[in-house]
Amino acid sequence: MTNIKHHLTDDVLLAYCTGTLPEAFSLVVATHISLCETCRSHMDTLDALGGVVIEETPKAAMSSGSLEACLKMAESMPKDPIKMEAAGKSKRQKSAGLFPAPLQDYVGGDLDAVRWRPIGLGVKQAILKTSRDASVRLLYIPTGAAMPDHTHNGTEMTLVLQGAFQDESDYFGAGDVEIADEEMNHTPVAVGPVDCICLAASDAPLKFNGILPKVLQPFFRI
Amino acid sequence: MTTTQERTAWVAEMDRIKTLRDQAAFADLFDYFAPRLKGFLMRGGTSEALAEEIAQEVMAIVWTKADMFDASRASVSTWIFTIARNRKIDVLRKTQRPEPEDLSWGPEAEPDQADQLSAQQEQSQLKTAMSQLPQKQRELVERAYFGDQSHSQIASETGLPLGTIKSRIRLALDRLRHAMDGN
Ligand SMILES: [Zn+2]
Ligand SMILES: [Zn+2]
Repeated sequence: MTNIKHHLTDDVLLAYCTGTLPEAFSLVVATHISLCETCRSHMDTLDALGGVVIEETPKAAMSSGSLEACLKMAESMPKDPIKMEAAGKSKRQKSAGLFPAPLQDYVGGDLDAVRWRPIGLGVKQAILKTSRDASVRLLYIPTGAAMPDHTHNGTEMTLVLQGAFQDESDYFGAGDVEIADEEMNHTPVAVGPVDCICLAASDAPLKFNGILPKVLQPFFRI
Repeated sequence: MTTTQERTAWVAEMDRIKTLRDQAAFADLFDYFAPRLKGFLMRGGTSEALAEEIAQEVMAIVWTKADMFDASRASVSTWIFTIARNRKIDVLRKTQRPEPEDLSWGPEAEPDQADQLSAQQEQSQLKTAMSQLPQKQRELVERAYFGDQSHSQIASETGLPLGTIKSRIRLALDRLRHAMDGN
């Protein structure tokens, strides 16, 4: 996608590349990079920087016989699917459909495989399973509808997959990612001809400012 | 090492490992990378025994999965870094790291010599740019790679405000990218 205007920050990309970003956020990052050449090239540079750091790190002597132990280990390694991830930088086939491959892995398919749950006012969500240090969900917001007005306890990352939304800060179209922190208080509204589908991750429950959503929050795990 | 050798560092060895299953070439690669991997892991707070084990494991993956190394996409040290990072996430953090898919459609043409050279060249440019960073910036970038240390942990350890750490790292990355564009 060439008209992406809102990209990942250096903080987020560096945490992704060094392996300290929670799984939920990493899914948003991997999905955005699947769509965005700019961030992909930043990621490649940060991975290459990892290679530089390895080469420059002072050596720690290996114990004697470690090469033999390593080759022995290799023998008992399953030849076949050591997961793709284990082999580091390698090719991942491009997916057909709306969702890029990393997202399809978590959904178990494309858009038609999502198990939506209504959360009121036409908005639907599907929580995806990740490690518990952060959570990630798909959100379906009918055009014209708003997400409840809320502030954040931690960080929230929202990636638009289809349609667009507008909030107090800016307009976010397909491929754009918004990174919101504690200071931000916003009401995203889905705009444009098609309903908005987003992938949103957060590391803390959102705080809703209106009465009704606050009551519902414990039930819907927003 | 001369500059030219550095630019194509370890690609020939990887080729021999890939096509001939050449154990001597692998032994050279192991001698160079395993102690550095171990040092890298220990700097991140991993115990010596576990660092030794993970370093062996990473190199075992290099040997087993050598055919997945693609010199047009990454330098050897970058490829090894990504394997080590993924092992760390698996073993130490016990979590997953989703990988992006490729941007291009369809079967790709065989990477040619020029692509291979440029990935290796980029690496050596980056190495030079990194060595030219101000010491304080370079240290913060290295720490980010070593470890399970968040910015706020680095802040409490160094006494630097969080904002300073973030902006120093951002500045360093800007400089590195700038150095890459300039070439
Ligand atoms: Zn981007
Ligand atoms: Zn929000």
